[in-house]
Amino acid sequence: MNMLFPQIVAGLSNGSILLLAALGLSLTFGQMGVINNAHGEFMMAGAYTAYVMSTLIGNKGVALAVALVVGFVVSGLLGLLLDVALLERMRSRPLDTLLVTFGVSLVLQQLARDIFGATPVYAAAPEALTNPVTVFGYSFSAGRLFIFILSIVCVAALYAVLKLTPLGRQIRATSENRDLAEVSGISTRTVDHVTFFLGSGIAGIAGVALSLLNSISFNFGTTFIVQAFLVVVAGGVGQLKGAVIASFVLGLCQSAIELPTSASIGQVAVFLIVVVFLQFRPQGLVAIRSRNLA
Amino acid sequence: MTRFPVMRRVRARAAATMCVAAAVLATGGCGWGRTVAEKEALEAGSASAAGTAKSCVDTSGSSIKIGFVNSLSGTMAISEQTVSDSLHMAVDEINAKGGVLGKQLKVVQQDGKSEPAVFAEKAKTLIEKECVAAVFGGWTSSSRKAMLPVFEADNALLFYPLQYEGMEASPNIFYSGAAPNQQIVPALDYLKEKGYKKLFLVGSDYVFPQTANRVVKAYAAGNGMEVVGEEYTPMGSTDFTTIVNKLKFSGADAVVNTLNGDSNVAFFKEYKASGLKAATTPVISMSIAEEEVSAIGVDNVRGQLTAWNYYQTLGNKQNRTFVRNFKAKYGANRPTSDPMESAYTSVYLWKGMVEKAKSFDVDKVKAAADGVTFDAPEGKVKVDGENHHIYKTSYIGEIGDDKLIHTVWKSDGPIKPDPYLKGYDWAASLQSDSSGESGSGTSGN
Repeated sequence: MNMLFPQIVAGLSNGSILLLAALGLSLTFGQMGVINNAHGEFMMAGAYTAYVMSTLIGNKGVALAVALVVGFVVSGLLGLLLDVALLERMRSRPLDTLLVTFGVSLVLQQLARDIFGATPVYAAAPEALTNPVTVFGYSFSAGRLFIFILSIVCVAALYAVLKLTPLGRQIRATSENRDLAEVSGISTRTVDHVTFFLGSGIAGIAGVALSLLNSISFNFGTTFIVQAFLVVVAGGVGQLKGAVIASFVLGLCQSAIELPTSASIGQVAVFLIVVVFLQFRPQGLVAIRSRNLA
Repeated sequence: MTRFPVMRRVRARAAATMCVAAAVLATGGCGWGRTVAEKEALEAGSASAAGTAKSCVDTSGSSIKIGFVNSLSGTMAISEQTVSDSLHMAVDEINAKGGVLGKQLKVVQQDGKSEPAVFAEKAKTLIEKECVAAVFGGWTSSSRKAMLPVFEADNALLFYPLQYEGMEASPNIFYSGAAPNQQIVPALDYLKEKGYKKLFLVGSDYVFPQTANRVVKAYAAGNGMEVVGEEYTPMGSTDFTTIVNKLKFSGADAVVNTLNGDSNVAFFKEYKASGLKAATTPVISMSIAEEEVSAIGVDNVRGQLTAWNYYQTLGNKQNRTFVRNFKAKYGANRPTSDPMESAYTSVYLWKGMVEKAKSFDVDKVKAAADGVTFDAPEGKVKVDGENHHIYKTSYIGEIGDDKLIHTVWKSDGPIKPDPYLKGYDWAASLQSDSSGESGSGTSGN
């Protein structure tokens, strides 16, 4: 039997997971220049939301749908709080946000441990998503298909917001030239808050979706945060398009390399590829002039 | 807009550097960053032992001190807390019935903090500062290997409760968990008996799975079975798409699973979602006990197999009492599992040795160890004085809807421990290449 087709599907699926994890980050890091180490913990908040909903609501499908919305709001609000309470005070010091948000991530992890305990929990998924779907005689995970579709929907929605709405124009204007945006009558302060809310909220959605594949514990986010940063940097800071391409390229690379070698080699190889790539193209796949970083 | 390509280049480079820094920071705080440190600590674990310290155990009073060293914080805390609980329960029971040689046991509990180096340090404290008569605890092989040189240098006693990969027999350690021939070999015997011929091996990338799988491969070669795939994944890894694809295309009819912790969740979810079924391609797991079943989600592991020497569902009288007492002490929702039972049993075995020796002296206790028995919850166990392991009955279990594990096969009585698998013809190849790997501090018997 031929493994090519299932491996391509696996690679695309891995890519969509990377994309979901990195999407919010590309907004907060890319557009605002904030290095948010607590992004993974916002994903964790989303995952725990999925868990709480699955215990409160009997119908697993409804629970998941509600969790996607509530997860977005919960993580978004956490992000907003972080931005208002801390990050706003260090707009001109992007490097400091690295340490501050790292501290916040530790605090959030401990908080999760205190509330939900150290033992991992799991959100009961709708039966349909835990079973295989058969395409061309091959069986694939329905849960992964769902995540793939969700990641595409999220990208499309975010793209639409950025390109088509007044809010999107304000976000892009602020990121391109803060002073000019300010004198044009845009409240950059409000725009920053909204951007951070959106970026963190998407992390919440990612957390809910990824809880389908994984158990939920206080270190849920740490699994994804490093790879999410890799995607954003490789894709080119501040560009949605770059993040999308980078996610799928890295996902496919990992599946391709892992097939003849092993999972450990696959992970290391992806890191190496990104490091070498950045030597030749430090601005990433797609470059744009953004406020703080380019 | 004016553009400065050079500047952009420099700034983008700075951005990349910041990200790498962020990545390093992030990993430093998470699980798999720690396991690397763990491995290194294991490498450097041969603590510089300074001569044989004279035993400072005080046997004059009405009580005697013993030490526990378990991880009460860090990644292993979830598991090791349960062992600490059952150790305390054994001590309370013994004290209530008059203690050992008429002396009440006084426990000094230390936290190993999930770091092998800390285990070694705390063991040294227990032996040299607290002057305890014996130490109980440890979980990961890394923690045991880190403590081993300390116990050998000070000629002290460690009771280690976990099933493990074997290829070790220190004169200063008693191993109350299964040797490979009491867990791995019976699991393979069972698969062979059921007619499974093509095995797929999946495990976490560290010492236990790697060594266990060497045993599996030797067994397969000598028993007409074939290993059609062998995959390791970094600790804490949650992406199993490629591994499950390989599994499906390998033509395997059974899977031997030595994954640790969280990875099991992702693996079993992927296994189920890819259309594999316990009825046709069963997974037999070496590290999933009652505690883990609830964490993984019973939906994902229902009907899968496990290999242990104890299940909560065992029907004998000792076990019914053990389970009842444990639940009364720690809560009705707490399951009992193999490592807990083994730790509980180890305290009684030490008591048996001390009473047979009529002394707390380490050399006398060791000399008296051979043949000491205990009616444990897992059934009757007996100490083998030669290799310091114990005779144990092996049980293959199936995970049920009730989140408990039900016995489907058991060995004909207790199996003689054979950590180096010397009694098996097919394992001859393992002896030759095990000598170099059994650790510099190990003085094998």
